[in-house]
Formats: sequence, structure tokens, C-alpha cells
Amino acid sequence: MKFGVVVFPGTWSDCDFHHVVSEVLHQPVKYVWHRERDLGDVDCVILPGGFSYGDYLRAGAVAGRSPVVEAIRDFAAKGGLVLGSCNGFQILCEAGLLPGALLRNECLQYRCQSTHLVVDNVDTPFTRGLRPGQVLTMPISHGEGKYQVDAPALAQLREHHQIVFRYATAEGAVTRAANPNGSLENIAGIVNEAGNVLGMMPHPERAAEAVVGGTDGLLLFQSLLGSLVEDGTFLKR
Amino acid sequence: MALAEPKVTLDLARGLGLTADEYDRILRQLGREPTYTELGLFSALWSEHCAYKHSRVFLKRLPTAGPRVLQGPGENAGAIDIGDGWAVVFKMESHNHPSFIEPFQGAATGVGGILRDIFTMGARPIAILDSLRFGDPNDPKVRHLVAGVVSGISWYGNCFGCPTVGGEIAFAPEYAGNPLVNVMCVGLVRADRIFRARADGIGNPVFYVGNKTGRDGIHGATMASATFDDKAHEQRPTVQVGDPFTEKLLLEACLEAMATGAVVGIQDMGAAGLACCTSEMPARSGTGMEVELSSVPQREEGMTPYELLLSESQERMLLVAARGREGDVRRVFAKWELDAVKVGTVIRDSDLIVRHQGHEVARVPVDALADGPRYEKPTAEPAWLAERRAFDPLTLPPPEDLPIALVALMGSPTIASKDWAFRQYDQQVGINTLVLPGSDAAVLRVKGTRRALAVATDGNGRQVDIDPRRGAAMAVCEATRNVSCAGGEPVGLTDCLNFGSPERPEILWQFAETIEGIAEACRALEVPVVGGNVSFYNETSGQAVLPTPVVGVVGVLEDANRHATQWFKSPGHRIALLGPDDVSLGGSEYLWTRHGRVAGRLAPLDLGLERRVQRAVRAAISAGLVTAAHDCAEGGLAVTLAESCVTGPARIGAEVAVEAPGRIDLVLFGEGPSRVIVSVAPERARGFEAAMAEAAIPWRWIGVTGGERLVIRTGRAAVSVGLAEIDNAWRSGFERHMA
Repeated sequence: MKFGVVVFPGTWSDCDFHHVVSEVLHQPVKYVWHRERDLGDVDCVILPGGFSYGDYLRAGAVAGRSPVVEAIRDFAAKGGLVLGSCNGFQILCEAGLLPGALLRNECLQYRCQSTHLVVDNVDTPFTRGLRPGQVLTMPISHGEGKYQVDAPALAQLREHHQIVFRYATAEGAVTRAANPNGSLENIAGIVNEAGNVLGMMPHPERAAEAVVGGTDGLLLFQSLLGSLVEDGTFLKR
Repeated sequence: MALAEPKVTLDLARGLGLTADEYDRILRQLGREPTYTELGLFSALWSEHCAYKHSRVFLKRLPTAGPRVLQGPGENAGAIDIGDGWAVVFKMESHNHPSFIEPFQGAATGVGGILRDIFTMGARPIAILDSLRFGDPNDPKVRHLVAGVVSGISWYGNCFGCPTVGGEIAFAPEYAGNPLVNVMCVGLVRADRIFRARADGIGNPVFYVGNKTGRDGIHGATMASATFDDKAHEQRPTVQVGDPFTEKLLLEACLEAMATGAVVGIQDMGAAGLACCTSEMPARSGTGMEVELSSVPQREEGMTPYELLLSESQERMLLVAARGREGDVRRVFAKWELDAVKVGTVIRDSDLIVRHQGHEVARVPVDALADGPRYEKPTAEPAWLAERRAFDPLTLPPPEDLPIALVALMGSPTIASKDWAFRQYDQQVGINTLVLPGSDAAVLRVKGTRRALAVATDGNGRQVDIDPRRGAAMAVCEATRNVSCAGGEPVGLTDCLNFGSPERPEILWQFAETIEGIAEACRALEVPVVGGNVSFYNETSGQAVLPTPVVGVVGVLEDANRHATQWFKSPGHRIALLGPDDVSLGGSEYLWTRHGRVAGRLAPLDLGLERRVQRAVRAAISAGLVTAAHDCAEGGLAVTLAESCVTGPARIGAEVAVEAPGRIDLVLFGEGPSRVIVSVAPERARGFEAAMAEAAIPWRWIGVTGGERLVIRTGRAAVSVGLAEIDNAWRSGFERHMA
């Protein structure tokens, strides 16, 4: 499976995703510069974390209107897989590829901490190797991760099972105390209606090796790789 | 163009921080009166901050050589060979003065400055550590400073994309008027691709790269070379304003330009900005430089030559390129949307020639600027010291409420959890952090090798206050011991020396003694000092900070998987105490929090024993014999044990018995060097005993992990505290002030 990792000025999780894809998953991966209008031959595009353009306007606002995002829009419309994490999620919302917006954390401070995520939807290419209700452990690192969307859009998200991850306790209970940033309904990650574009605030690339932060993030990538196989055999490895 | 410039007089020179003697020296060196612009150059380059006027004679005493040293002091940062073709580049710097005037930007630009020091060497920064000192957190003004400094560090480091993995925050009233913000950065570079701040090659073009120049931070170096009074806030315009996004672009552009082979030398425009780079770079190479200031990218109109040379606008570098390779430099910086403008040329004559719109505004020998005056000013032991040291803490009554005393120590802001700060810092970007903040040292893997680095900072102002020489040596011992407790062999050290005014003999005595202490300890432990920074004039209205040398140590682990953390892992593990019994309540956290005193004598320090203890701990960790290792520091043995019980992912109690000479408060809370506690799984106990016998150090089993309480027996007395109580005190002790 061929991956592309998008690099904006100010992106900093690009090298981390590249490392995980090439050194842990042993899959081909290339960087995609923000000025590119053609993604080339890739199966999955990753929009990594960071502070694109410094996020001086609104997080992801400038990047969401850059040339590469137009290419990603076409790519996604044709069913291409898009994974946006952290700043990548913010960019996808700003670009309108996902509904809603990410506001300043309720505590008004940056938060870098480990979080537990309960999996709500296993019917996406990113989560099909998971069990419904499974609890994953992954870190967050952001100042603007409070997911917000209006009531009709939230109803739609629910109706189409677009809520993928919610912040939860280690036991999987969705509680206010387990919500690190004040996100609506503890939302940590959503997909578009077609299910091929995933945005999430947590960092799966920081939980892809046992020595650094565990391996729960790897399950997302393994789901993706397995989804191309179509028979789920990756789960048995 | 005629510029209305002030007339150069002695009074004007004085107003810029120069003395009458220094002004005479300028007249002699030039053989004429300086121009206004030249006077500005001298005032900045000869400031204490840039010239180390009062400290240089003492700094020579520090050991700086060693088989692994690739770069010692005198460059942007030091570099140490860590094997497999890799080098670690690191340095610590202070940003105390700006942080007091404007805590958010002061601390942020402190981070920015040290990051640039690392990546000008060609290294990619992989870790930041902050050593912070503040006044009493009950004071709302202090809380404002803490909140501002922490958010400034968080903003800059997080946006730039370098993890903050360690450091300490400590509190004492002496820092109320002068907080200390010392930032250390660690980077990695291929050992054969280290870049230096040199202007080699006559005719090579000189490029200005990065952010545009504005009027911010003019005379920042001069501001940082004077004490404060109650009008300190009028100095706010001398504080620079940071832009971490541009810094990130500058990082990527510099590393990419270096990889093309077009870069000959490069220096960060930090203190004294363009003035510093255009004189120091040719001075190192025995060359000169001519520059045209009107080519400098500017974001304000009508800037004078004086302002352009002395601005401390952030995120800028001066880069000497190889002649003929200008196109490579321009192409890379254009890709990152940064200015890269040729502003000058390396010349044969060792002069700095500055022109503005074609008119010469300065012509000064670069050596005259770069080799500032050096003073050997008188030193004198402070009159109050003998009396303070003569105080015997054991004349105070012993505590009757031992559990309360222990819980109070765990909740003292200095010892308590700093999670309130650290959770605002990205600790993991780069996915190298194997041990997050909260243990004795952070551990980072070196990708592509089996190795890892352990990094820690330390410095106890109270101990140095009552005994500068031994206190400073203990700071070196503690920081290296922290690294050893993570499994790392200390390979290099950087220091930040924070003191009051060196013009006061007693302050300079503290400084001189501190240097001796650091030098003795570094020689004994064979850890070279490869860089650092001196920050004098940390005093406001006559009140100086505690003499505070902060040392940052980098250690190497040959096997990244064989590292240790400070917390107990499971019940039923045996606990051993390594090191001597000698402890003292003199200068201790207990004596301060309980009795409000900074007095007494420090425990004896045996550097040979210190070295053996550290070696024994590392050997035990690398052999997989221990499940936890924790340095005994502030709060003594009781606090060390309590920390091992509650600072990990799971609370695990302990029951220990310590037979040691002295009163119970001394045994529990006395502080002394060379002491470490470890936990050992029962099946490894025999192997551990054999390893300790070989190490030839004093040690003994003192107890076992398990249960919901920490119980310490000594003689007929015992202290027993529930872990929940300890944990609550520790978690809330600092945070309750900030909530």
C-alpha cells in the first residue's frame, strides 16, 4: 500500500508518520509538498500534525485552502483514503472535507497527555480490524482540539455512524472527566459520510511501537492494510 | 544620506553600559573617536552577556577536553561523539532578564535562541529541558510569572516541534524579583557534518537568512548585563518577540542548505544580533567582513545602521556560503519562503567594515570587538556565611508529627508534581521519548542505532548558598547521578551560571567557588564541560538570587531497552539503598519548608565514591538487575521512597527499616550526595548482591515494595503514611497554586 505524507510549512509529525509507515509497517511512503497539485500514485494520504503556517489565523485555516488540499479533495471524491491527525484533522474541517470545527481547548491550555479512545464505528477502512467498544490508548498534543458542530450536523454524524472515536476512561466509559479538551460528545475522531476520510485529534503514529507509547495506533494502519486484502487475514497474523 | 546621530561622548558611552576605562580602551584600539555606530558595536559586544568580562578568568578552570569531545566551549554549542557516526550537540542558556520583564515572550525567545544554537551546528533538535526558579508561589505576581513562562515555553516549543522532556521548577523567595529561565536543547547530527560559526574563505559571500529585522530587542544584551530596579518594566521594548513558525522554517531551510554543501559557516543572530555575527565569525577565522546594511531585509522603515546592527529580532542567521554556490542557498530558502539575501563578503583584512547605502559607518578590527575586556575583580567570602554555616539544625526540636512532616515535604511546591507545566508541553514529537518527564532523567532513543540518550538538569541554589564549592560539585553529582539512574553514562555537561552582580566581591566569590566545585566534580567524574552560559546581574534593588549553577548532563545508553525509571513496578521487590550514610539537614528542603531557614553545613562529598556508586547503578541497570532506580535528593530518603511509591503509573507502597546514626529527622529528611535507592525483583537479588560486591560501595537491603502505605522504621521510631495522602499532597502541592 503506497502512502503519501503531506508537508506544509510548519508540519512536524511528517517524519513520525514516515518513520512508522516505512520502518514499522515496511510500506512504501513519500512526502507530498504542499504546493503539489498531483498526488501521484498513492493509496492513502496522511495529513500529519503540526502548526501549518504557524496556525496564526485559525488552526488549519490557511493549509485548508492550499493547492495540495484541492488535489486531496479530488482524491477523496474518487474514494482515496485520507487520514488526518491533529493539525490534519483541523485542516480537513477547514477544507470542508469533514463537518464541524476544532476550537480552543476548554481549559484554554495546550494538552499533551495519554488518552483512552472508545471505538464507536468499526465499519471504516481505518477501524475494520477493531472491535466495537474496544478501548485504544493514544496520546493527544494540541491546543485546539475541542470538536464542535451544530445540532443538525451532529444528528447527521450520528445517523451515518460517522463518529469513530470518543474520549473515554480506561474501561471505555464516555465521561466528562475523560474528555481532555471539552469536545462535543467526547468526539475524538470522525469520518466523512463515505467513510474514506478520517480526522482524529490523537496521534496514532506516537502509539505504533511498544517502546514509545504502545501499539494501539498501529491497529489503524493494520486495518488499512488489511482493508486492501479484503479478507481480514491481517487480523490473524 | 545624513543621519542625525547623537554626538559620541563619554557620557553617551556610559549610557550604553560602557565604563570610562572601556571607553578609553576603545579610543586606544581605534586610534580615534568611534562613530556612533561603532560605539553601539562596542557597547553590545563588550557587554557582560557577550564578552564574559568578569567570568572568563574563572571559566578557564573548567575541564573541557575528553576523548569524545568534538566541540568544546566557544561555538554555538558543544558536541560529543556518541558512536555509530553520530554526535550529540547540546547547550543551556539563560533568558532570565527578559522573562522577568515579559514572561511569555521572554521564555519563548529563550527557547527559540537555544534551538538555533543547536541547529546552526547542523543538528536536528530532539529535546528541550527547562530549569526554572521562581519566588514564593503564594505571591500572585510570582504565579503570573510562572504561568507566563510556562505558556511561553509551551507555545514556542510545541509550535516549532521539539519535545520538552525534562527540567525542574523550584521556588525560593530570593527569586521573586529575578526568576531564572534556563533552557537546554539537545540535538543530533552526523559527527562528520558539524557546522561552525566561522567566516572562512576570502571572497565568500555572506548571506542574511530568516526573519526580517525590526526594532525589537535593541540592546537586549546590554539590558541583560545590568541589575534591575523598580523601573524594570520600562525595559519591555528590549525584549524580543518570537515567531516559532518562522523558526521551524529556518530549521528546515538551514539543514537543507547545509546538505547541499553550499554552507561554509553559520551563526545564530542571538544576543547583539548582526553586530555579534559579523565580528565573531571572522574573528574565529582570522578574516574580516564587509557588509552593506541597506541589503538587510527589514520590516520597519527608516532603521538606522545602529538599529540594524543591534536589533535582536529573532529567527535570523548569518551564513557564509561557498563562492559560486549562491544559487543553492537562494533556492533552498526560497522553497521555505524565507529571505536569503547577500549582505556582504569575507575579506582578507581582519576588519569589520559596515556600509549603509554605500557610506561607510563603521570600520573596526574584528578582534577588538570579539576580544572584549577581561577583569579579575576582587572576591570576598560573604560576611554572613560563617555564621550561617555554624548553625546546627539539630539544635531545633525534632518533629513529633513525622507523617505530617513527610506529607508536607511531598506537597512543597519544589518537590511536588510539575504535571501542571509538563502537560502543556509536547513531550513526544519525534517519537523518540522512551522515558517521559517525571523520572530522574528523560530517555530518548537514537533512531537507526541501538543507543539512547539520558538527559537531566539540576542545581540547588540553597546548597550553593551555604557552600558554593561543595554545593556546585553536588549539582554536578546530582545531574550525573540522575542520568546514571536512567542507565546512561554521563558523557558531557553544559552549565548555566546564574548569579547577582559580579561587581560585588561576595557575589564574585560565590561564582569563583562555584566554578571550582564544578571543575573538581567534572574532573573526578571525567565529564567535560562543552558549553554554557553565565548570567550575572540577577538582582533587583540590591536583592540577588541564590547563587544558582544549573547543570545539564547528557548520558549515553548502549542499549536503549536497558533503561530505568524511578518508580516501583510491582509489589514484592526488594529495596536497596546504595551509598553512604552521611547526610545533613544543612541547606535541606526540610529545613526550609519546616523551619524557614537556609543554614548549616552540607554533607561530606567523596567524589571517588560518587563515581563508584553511579557506575554500580549503571552496571545494575544494563545487566537488567533492577526494576527501579531513584536518586536521593531534595527531601532525603523518605521523600525519595515516597516518590518511588507514587510517581509511576500504579501506586505501590513500601516497608523499609533503616538503621543509621542520628536523629530520626536527619535519617528521614537529611540530604547527602552519592545515594540511590533501587528495587530488585526477588529472583535477581543474588545477582544484584554479586554486582554490588564487585562495585565496592556501601549498600544494604532496606525493605520490600508492596501495600498501600509507606512505612519507614528507624531505631524505635516509625513513620507510616497512606499512599493516597502522599499522592494527593504531591499532585496538588504545586498545581493548587496555579489552578
